[in-house]
Amino acid sequence: MKVPANLKYTSSHEWVRQESDGTVTVGITEFAQDALGDLVYVELPEVGRQVKGGEACAVVESVKAASDVYAPIAGEVVAINESLKDKPESINADAFGAWMFRLKPVNAGDLGALLDAAGYEAAVAANK
Amino acid sequence: MSLKRTPLYAVHVAAGAKMVDFGGWEMPLHYGSQIEEHHAVRRKAGMFDVSHMRVVDLDGAGSRDFLRTLLANDVLKLTPGKALYSCMLNESGGVIDDLIAYWIHTDHYRLVVNAATADKDIAWMHKVAHDRKLPVAILPRRELAMIAVQGPQARALLREVIEGLDGDAAAAIDRLKPFTAAVVDEFFIARTGYTGEDGCEIVLPADEAPDLWQRLVAEGVAQCGLGARDTLRLEAGMALYGQDMDETVTPLESGLAWTVDFKEPRDFIGRAALEKQLAAGHLRQLVGLKLLDKGVLRAHQKVTTAHGTGEITSGTYSPTLECSIALARVPAGVAVGDTVQVDIRGKPARTLVTKYPFVRNGKALI
Repeated sequence: MKVPANLKYTSSHEWVRQESDGTVTVGITEFAQDALGDLVYVELPEVGRQVKGGEACAVVESVKAASDVYAPIAGEVVAINESLKDKPESINADAFGAWMFRLKPVNAGDLGALLDAAGYEAAVAANK
Repeated sequence: MSLKRTPLYAVHVAAGAKMVDFGGWEMPLHYGSQIEEHHAVRRKAGMFDVSHMRVVDLDGAGSRDFLRTLLANDVLKLTPGKALYSCMLNESGGVIDDLIAYWIHTDHYRLVVNAATADKDIAWMHKVAHDRKLPVAILPRRELAMIAVQGPQARALLREVIEGLDGDAAAAIDRLKPFTAAVVDEFFIARTGYTGEDGCEIVLPADEAPDLWQRLVAEGVAQCGLGARDTLRLEAGMALYGQDMDETVTPLESGLAWTVDFKEPRDFIGRAALEKQLAAGHLRQLVGLKLLDKGVLRAHQKVTTAHGTGEITSGTYSPTLECSIALARVPAGVAVGDTVQVDIRGKPARTLVTKYPFVRNGKALI
């Protein structure tokens, strides 16, 4: 399984990338897209929405089922990937490239609580 | 309890299938892309391992009377080799299972029932045969495998493959009319399916199934999982047992009134309950839905109409129509063309009531 070392992760299968401007970019992992199967619909949060850490703020729907995507940390939604609305399958093609939303963290220190690549791989293995 | 496996289990795993628990069976969900598998069946040919379904053979002087009691549809209208779709009802008219009955010849019939309900079905059959004192042997055939080959090119490709194994069986495929079956040597070949496309279902000895499967792969038939099977059957407007109907509803409220045969004065189980329901009127109906807003319709979502509320029984994304479709049970009075609201995660979504099937033989019908 592909788990890039430069990203942070949640046990609910979101990946988190820290940007140079202090924001964080969020998507779902390769493991998540593989488990969901062909994605056909993505619902993204409104820009400007304040989310709590662990709050459901987006939905990905595959042919099979709908799944919530959670905010990895508290923050304000400052951007969403509009192109996913017409091309949800781009998440299947490149889960770590097809970002979903960008947050401005309330507290940058919250990132420290997220999993690193090794921790995420261990979490996935433990749930198998 | 460990999951049951079909004779093709190792073939699926070697092909990289994502295996899932389906009613106690470890079955392939897809082999990579469920949507591509769906399109393969609509456009060319795909195949499904349906060995988890149970073949039950009936034999004996009482087999016809037994089926005329057991089934809501009437096997009297069959000719040898012909297939009949029917529900098997309880005394309240609730659906115990839906099945296909083939008349092979004389006193010999073959039933194909759903995997998850097979044990319950067979127990019920024994009870009915015993209570009605009908001389019929009920013979579950768990040693057999079943492969469904479906799509516009399915029969031609299957014929090519079978030609190399059994010339007589290949000739039988040429002669098969829709909804009929032929028994040739160790093959039982039926021109039936669950996708809305032409094709065949082949029943054969378990140890021969992997070879036939691999030969079909080599001939260009796509391996398809249960995911594509579900989107194909829903586009084709075919009911799924346990979702669109079960023991709590009758066929009359499940879009299956056409499978109930009241013509002869025949005492089939559930008849009295169905006649009472018809006399009372105001039956709920199964309708098609097409989502006008964005999102995906799912089973159990609430449907609000001008005539009261209903519920989605099956919903999915339709790869052929590129929108979401569903079957829903709604009150009497709701008509094709009405706009209704479906509650998707707390938000009302505009949805059009349509006729179904949605797709047949590769063509959109709505």
